[in-house]
Amino acid sequence: MSLEFSDKTKKTIYKIIARYPQKEAALLPVLHVIQKEFGQISAEEEILAASLLGISQVKVREVVSFYTMFNRKAVGKYHIQVCSNLTCTLMGADNVLNFIEEKLGIKPGETTPDKKFTLSTVECLGACEKAPSMMINFDYYGYLDKEKINKILDNLE
Amino acid sequence: MKEKVLSEHFSIDNFFKLDVYLKHNGYQAVTKALTELNPEKILKEAKAANLRGRGGAGFPAGVKWGFVPQNGDKPKYLCVNADEGEPGTIKDRYIMTHNPHLLLEGIIISAYCVGINTAYIYIRGEYENIALRLETAIDEAFQKGFLGKDILGSGFDLDITVHRGAGAYICGEETALLESLEGKRGNPRLKPPFPASIGLFQCPTVINNVETLSNIPAIILKGAEWFCALGLPNDGGTRIFGVSGMVKNPGIYELPVGTSLKDLIFKYAGGMKEGKKLKAVIPGGMSAPILKADEIDIAMDCDTLMKADSMLGSGAVIVLDEDTSILDVLKIITKFYAHESCGQCTPCRIGNSWIKKIVTRISQGGGKEGDIDNIARLASNMLGKTLCPLGDAAAMPILSIVKKFRDEIETSIK
Ligand SMILES: Cc1cc2nc3c(=O)[nH]c(=O)nc-3n(C[C@H](O)[C@H](O)[C@H](O)COP(=O)(O)O)c2cc1C
Ligand code: SF4
Ligand code: FES
Repeated sequence: MSLEFSDKTKKTIYKIIARYPQKEAALLPVLHVIQKEFGQISAEEEILAASLLGISQVKVREVVSFYTMFNRKAVGKYHIQVCSNLTCTLMGADNVLNFIEEKLGIKPGETTPDKKFTLSTVECLGACEKAPSMMINFDYYGYLDKEKINKILDNLE
Repeated sequence: MKEKVLSEHFSIDNFFKLDVYLKHNGYQAVTKALTELNPEKILKEAKAANLRGRGGAGFPAGVKWGFVPQNGDKPKYLCVNADEGEPGTIKDRYIMTHNPHLLLEGIIISAYCVGINTAYIYIRGEYENIALRLETAIDEAFQKGFLGKDILGSGFDLDITVHRGAGAYICGEETALLESLEGKRGNPRLKPPFPASIGLFQCPTVINNVETLSNIPAIILKGAEWFCALGLPNDGGTRIFGVSGMVKNPGIYELPVGTSLKDLIFKYAGGMKEGKKLKAVIPGGMSAPILKADEIDIAMDCDTLMKADSMLGSGAVIVLDEDTSILDVLKIITKFYAHESCGQCTPCRIGNSWIKKIVTRISQGGGKEGDIDNIARLASNMLGKTLCPLGDAAAMPILSIVKKFRDEIETSIK
């Protein structure tokens, strides 16, 4: 079974590749597009990226395993990433994490059985002034407390 | 009111849109640079402005541009460092969110000055929404003829591409950034050769931070003399200080270079939260050696902080209060560097993971005599002995903490 892109995505990818004098340089942006489309970068997606850029699968694997944002297994519909770096910890990140763990019944690295939420901890998100901070998919949330977390999570479909 | 170079318009609605930006003298600097000035004049002005790099190392931007050989036949590249991974650092996010066209102007003028026709903005992967905003701004500028071919009839061409990283602190280090941009793992390169001669795709390359480049338009419009007078003769302009932690009003504060750290915390950021006592400050992002409460009567500029054995770094100020456990701080710092070491060289890979193990053991109540000396020894063995500056970036704060707070850590061991 091989993966197929929509025509629109194909166009996006060719446009990206054209931005670089060497095809391989488009690997990170292309992997972002692939992850968006297929939800993960497993072996199949690696092969797809490799064939698009004319490089070997092992080269893609080397890169995918280096960067934390590439998910080698699919994550839930909402990927909650709680900052565990210095400022957020000073401002109560541990409580944020514990509260979400309890509320969703999962630990960092786990996904809820209904595949709705995946929980992770991450290093500084660059939003320290709003600590404690977290990211859900690509949206940032700050000044977190229990009430706010409840509101945010309960509003996600 | 202090004069602001970068954040003056942050609160204007929709300032990120080109039509609003143009209403506030937008693209006047680009117009002046490309139609009235030549590259030599711009380089002279940039050098005279003593604009020190805002990414961490504080190297003068004009001097860096001057290193790029102008007689080769290879293309040259500009890489904008928007990786913003140094813990505590929030400023580039504000600039790119609220004032993306200012950054674009800075890029256009710098590229024109160095003779560069292709620029990449390497932005941390988490900032997806900001990357989209930048792309929109680039499209707008392209449509108005500020980017693309023969900009404003000057004969100068420039293309800008936004390139997203994917979650690796080390990719903020300039040579790791180049590797990452080439589609590889972010393993730093050995220097020399320096990127100015052999950089992206083996071509001459300038790498500058977002905030550094965003200062260029004002320097072009108002001059180097004005810029130096705003800050210090050797370190011109303002800095966007990001203050976070146990203060009343965490946030960004654009203030002249050389502003006192004490004023920054107590006057601008509202002082300590809940009336607590100040314990210590990390003055320039997590890599900067810590300052104790009695050391904060100090000017925030590159040279003064260096003389105090610390670092202005990215201007990110993290404030710790009396209730903060220094061992917790040490634990987070060591965990971070052990996680972010790329693993290419032994002192950093092994050193950081051992320090993390020792600190974790101490914090779990299993501290032993000699632990602190071992931490200091391992950290000293990284200093100056690694392939890239991440080794130093880890060793310096760790050494400063075990030196300045040895007594407190010892109470957790006995
Ligand atoms: C481990 C490490 C991480 C760094 N991260 C960043 C970063 O996120 N953003 C940045 O602009 N510079 C970062 N730097 C500094 C860059 O290597 C480089 O000095 C800077 O981008 C040069 O631009 P400037 O002269 O305008 O400051 C980092 C350096 C090291 C050693
Ligand atoms: S110092 Fe650390 S991060 Fe830098 S090259 Fe060596 S192992 Fe990699
Ligand atoms: S420490 Fe959490 S966002 Fe920076």
